Parts: sequence; structure tokens; C-alpha cells
Amino acid sequence: MSRAMESVRRVNINGAARNLLVGGAYIALLATLLWLAQSTLNNYYLRILAVIGINIILTVSLNLTNGFAGDFSLGIAAFMSIGAYTAALLSLPVAMKTASFPGLPTWLQATSIPFLPATIAGGVMAAIAAVIVGLPVLRLRGHYLAVATLGLMVIVRVVANNWQDVTRGARGINGIPPLSNIWWTFGWAVLTIYVVWMVVHSPYGRAMIAIREDWLAAQARGVNVLRTRLLAFVLSAFFAGVAGSLYAHLITAITPSSFSFVITFNIVVMLVVGGMGSITGSVIGAVLLTLLPESLRQVETALAAGGTPLYGLSQIIIALLAALVMIFRRQGLFGGREIRLPGMVER
Amino acid sequence: MFTPTYVAQQIINGVNLGSMYALIAIGLTMVYGLLRLINFAHGDLLMLGAYLGLLLVSAAFTPLILTLFIPMLVIGFVGILVERLAYRPLRGAPEVTMLITSLAVSSIIENSMVMTVTAQPRAFNLPAGVNQLHTVAGVSFSTLDALTVGLSVALMAALTLYVRNTRTGIAMRAAAENLRAARLMGIDINRVVMVAFFLGSMLAAAAGWLWAAKYSTVEPFMGFLPGLKAFVAAVIGGIGVIPGAVLGGYLLGFAEIFFVGFLPPAYSGYRDAFVFALLLLILLIRPNGILGASTEERA
Repeated sequence: MSRAMESVRRVNINGAARNLLVGGAYIALLATLLWLAQSTLNNYYLRILAVIGINIILTVSLNLTNGFAGDFSLGIAAFMSIGAYTAALLSLPVAMKTASFPGLPTWLQATSIPFLPATIAGGVMAAIAAVIVGLPVLRLRGHYLAVATLGLMVIVRVVANNWQDVTRGARGINGIPPLSNIWWTFGWAVLTIYVVWMVVHSPYGRAMIAIREDWLAAQARGVNVLRTRLLAFVLSAFFAGVAGSLYAHLITAITPSSFSFVITFNIVVMLVVGGMGSITGSVIGAVLLTLLPESLRQVETALAAGGTPLYGLSQIIIALLAALVMIFRRQGLFGGREIRLPGMVER
Repeated sequence: MFTPTYVAQQIINGVNLGSMYALIAIGLTMVYGLLRLINFAHGDLLMLGAYLGLLLVSAAFTPLILTLFIPMLVIGFVGILVERLAYRPLRGAPEVTMLITSLAVSSIIENSMVMTVTAQPRAFNLPAGVNQLHTVAGVSFSTLDALTVGLSVALMAALTLYVRNTRTGIAMRAAAENLRAARLMGIDINRVVMVAFFLGSMLAAAAGWLWAAKYSTVEPFMGFLPGLKAFVAAVIGGIGVIPGAVLGGYLLGFAEIFFVGFLPPAYSGYRDAFVFALLLLILLIRPNGILGASTEERA
């Protein structure tokens, strides 16, 4: 063993304290970069940056279910929608509620709470929905979760369209206070990465990976399969709900069709391109695949043959990318490995 | 309140919708039985079948029945092509890999249509005679409804005979029961899978044509919901078993129509939500469906 390795091992004794320090330094670096972005970029780019933060939250948290626990959830749009509606209904000013939501229950009509608790409430509602879907489905083998979560998306959309008193139906909710920004989205992104990292490196995370690799063997060794899978699913639903709230307060208007299957699919592609089971891969996949369609959209408009933009082209390229990754590089860019940040030590 | 004729009318509507679900569910269940793949692109083959039908119908192609049979044949081969290009390279890969690929295939097909024919819905109008209403004992149905039910039953009977009696059909059932054992017995799995995709896609195209005719419109995303609901139907009947898909299709058709027909109108908007709530309920109380016997899927 080389001397360098030996010194790393010695440092390891104080690993936790050291990681805290180095992690703090990275967060300070991120904050500086965000501050730089804030003071130099125009609103268009700042919004894309904020969306990158949201997509990091979604991809990293989806990784828990689809990457580590080996399930396949397609519930992103549903959970985002639940989170967005919940948080928006809580954060809207009272005056606006009395004007636009005459049918709302009085207690809700009379309350308006700050962004942070509203967002957490959005996440909690999404998590509750995940428990309701997860309990019957996660006891089963096979990928019933994929269909059940798509079903949840349909249910959420139908409810949002029909529950006029609360959701205003197809008109949706507008005038949501524009509270979301890069600070909130990246703040939540850092928290998501931290929580997912901690879970994955805890006994629960080991249990998830064990279930993914061999379901029967894991159960035989005493892993509570249902509880572990449910934990992963509910936690990722919570963060998807949070992301929904962040998104709603960024675009300030939501309708039942704001959260479509396209969002879910694109997040899945971010995850598989980065590599399922790699947290850093998820972050990089989210960044790349937020920027790619954004630039392709400009190509679509530029290629406007005969006046009409080539709508659909960017989505085809994303889907093609997903299919090619699946066929030729199943493990994605990182294949379950992590990029070690310089200075951090393995716990 | 509910007169006998009203009830009879609902039953007719249920049979009608159920026939279409059954046609779609058969393809899904055959592929799931063989490859454990939830083929999300199945609904898009339905959509392609509808568009091809529209092309022939608006060209006033005669006889009318050929505007149905030609798309069925063509889409059957498209199904083989999709399997060959997208799924066969993944044989033996984790199930999730194929699942993601089928989502990608679905997106590619849908958006190719958006790019070429735009997302604008188009009218699918059959010659006047086909939509003519007949009234028997106060219950009314169109020629199209009769065609839907008659054709579906005929196709399903033909498929059942094929799967029961031909060598390939028997091989297909064997492979669905135990893929590895079937391969050891010398069954050419690739051929069986190819035939399953051909037949399933053919039935999906037929369902697409009938669906478009019933609702008089086609659009690139029209296959998503029928495809998803047909999967629910397959689960209800017992996934992997062809008679289960038929049974599940009809049960779901009835359930959906009765939900709208026999509950106060305020609930009818929740129709689609009801279908998927039903899925959760089935997975909770009988995850293997009605005709699925084994309990191995249960954790």
C-alpha cells in the first residue's frame, strides 16, 4: 500500500468532521457561483438554471426508487402535480383566494403560509399519495409500479380537472406568488443529494441494493422488502412533490395538463443517461438533458421549413438517445459509480 | 329509474368498449407473457393503424373492409420491425432496460407523427351507411357497433384456434409458461416472439381503426390511454394468459360504462380515475387476476 493511501486511511478516523468541512467549502463555492450567475445572467438563463436545480432534485430522488431499489416508477408528473397544487393553494394570498376560489373550505381560504412550509406540505401530500399507491403495488414482483404510477398520473389529472372548488378545473391556478428562484431550487437540490446519499449509504440503502440484486436472497436474509421499497418510493415522491411546488412558484400558473408524461419521460432519460445507481451521474444527466432540449428547441424554430417549426424533433432526439443508451451502454455514463469530489473521503 | 331498455343499452355499450379493450389487451398480454415486457409502444401501433385507416378511408378506398385489413397487415409488420430493432438487441437484459426502451419507442413514434402530420386532431369519417342506427326493441346500435363486436369476436376466435392448434401457437403457450424450458425443448424463441408481435400489432391496428371510427377522430397521442387501460384489463384477467386478456377487456369495458351509466352524472368526469383505482384494488386483492393461477408474483 502506497504512502498516500496510508495517509488517506489515517485521515479517515476524522472523516466525518473533514467531510463536513470540505462539504461546507463546496456549498460555499456553489453559492458563489449562483451569486455570480444571479448578477450576470438575464432572466431567461436564470430560469433555465432554476429548472436545472428542479431537474436535479427530480433525477436524484427518482434514482432512489429506479436506480437503487430496482423498481420502476413513472410517477414524477403525478407527484409534481400534487405538490404543485398543494403548495400553490397554501401560499396564495388570502385576498386572491376569496376572489378566485369561492368554493374553497373556509379554513383554507383564510390561510396563507410562507413558501418553505407550503413546499414541505406539497412534498408530504405527494408522499401520502405514494403510500396509497405503493402499499398494494410494492408487495408484488414485476413492474406493476410503472403502470400504477402512470395510472396515478391519470387520476391526478382527472381530479384536477373535475374538482372545480379546489383546483378551478381546466382553468388551473394562476397568480401563484413568484417565490421560486435559483437559491431555492439549488438549496433543495443540495438537500436532496445529501439525503439520498445518506440513505444510500445507510443500512436501508444496502437493503435497497440487495433487493435490486436478488430479491429472494434479500428477503431470506431478513430484509423487509415491502418496507424498504416503500421507503425509497415515498422518499422520492416527497422530493418530486417539493420539485412540483418549486416549479409552480417559478412559472406562477399551473393547469391539470402542466405536468404531463413528457416531464416524467425526460427525467427517466436523465437518470438512465447519467447511469441508474449513481448520484453524481444523476446530477450530470439532469444538467446535460436540461440544456440539450433547450438548445434543440432553438434548432426546431430555426429549421422552420415553410414557416412551421419542426415540433417534436427535440423529443425524438431525447427518446432516440434513451433507446441507444439502453441498447449500447445500458449502465449509462457512470454505470453506478460516483465521481469522488476532491478532498472528500469515503465514509 | 333504470328501465330494462336503458340497462340493455348500457350492456351494448359495454360490449362495444370491452371488445376494443380485449383486442388491445391480447397483444400486451402475449408480449408480457413471453418477455415480461410492458410494451408501452403498443398503444402507438394502435394510433398508426388508425392513421393508415384514415388515409385509405379518405381516399375512398373500396371495399371498406380493406381499409381495415390493409392497416392490420402493415402494422403487423411494423410490430415485427419494432421488435427486431428495439427489443431483440435487449434479449436477456434486465426487464427495466426493455421497459425504458419501449417508452423511448413510444415517444419516437408519437413525435414522428407530430413532426410529419402535426398534433392537430383529424376527423375520421366513415361513409354514411356505416354509422346508421338500428333500433331493436328500443335499444339502438349502429352498423359500426355491430361490426366492432362481430369483428372482434371473429378475430379473437381465430387467434384462439391458432394458439390452440398450430405448432407455433403451442410453442407460444409453452414459452409463455416457461421460457427457459421451452428453449431447451428446441423452440425457436425469436420466431415465437416475432409471431406474437405480428399478431398483437395486427389486433392493435384493428382496435385503432374501430376506436377512430367510434370517436370520429385521430391524433398522435390517441393510443396512450387505451394502451394503458388495456394493460389494466390484462391485469384484471390475469396477465400472460390470452383468455384472461379477453375476459379482462370485457369486464373493464362493462365496469367503465356502468360507472358512467348508473352513477349520478357528477361522477362521469372521474371515469378514467375509476379505471386506475380499480387497478390498485385488483392488485391489492387479487394480483394474479382472475385467470392467472400462480402466486409467484406475490412478495
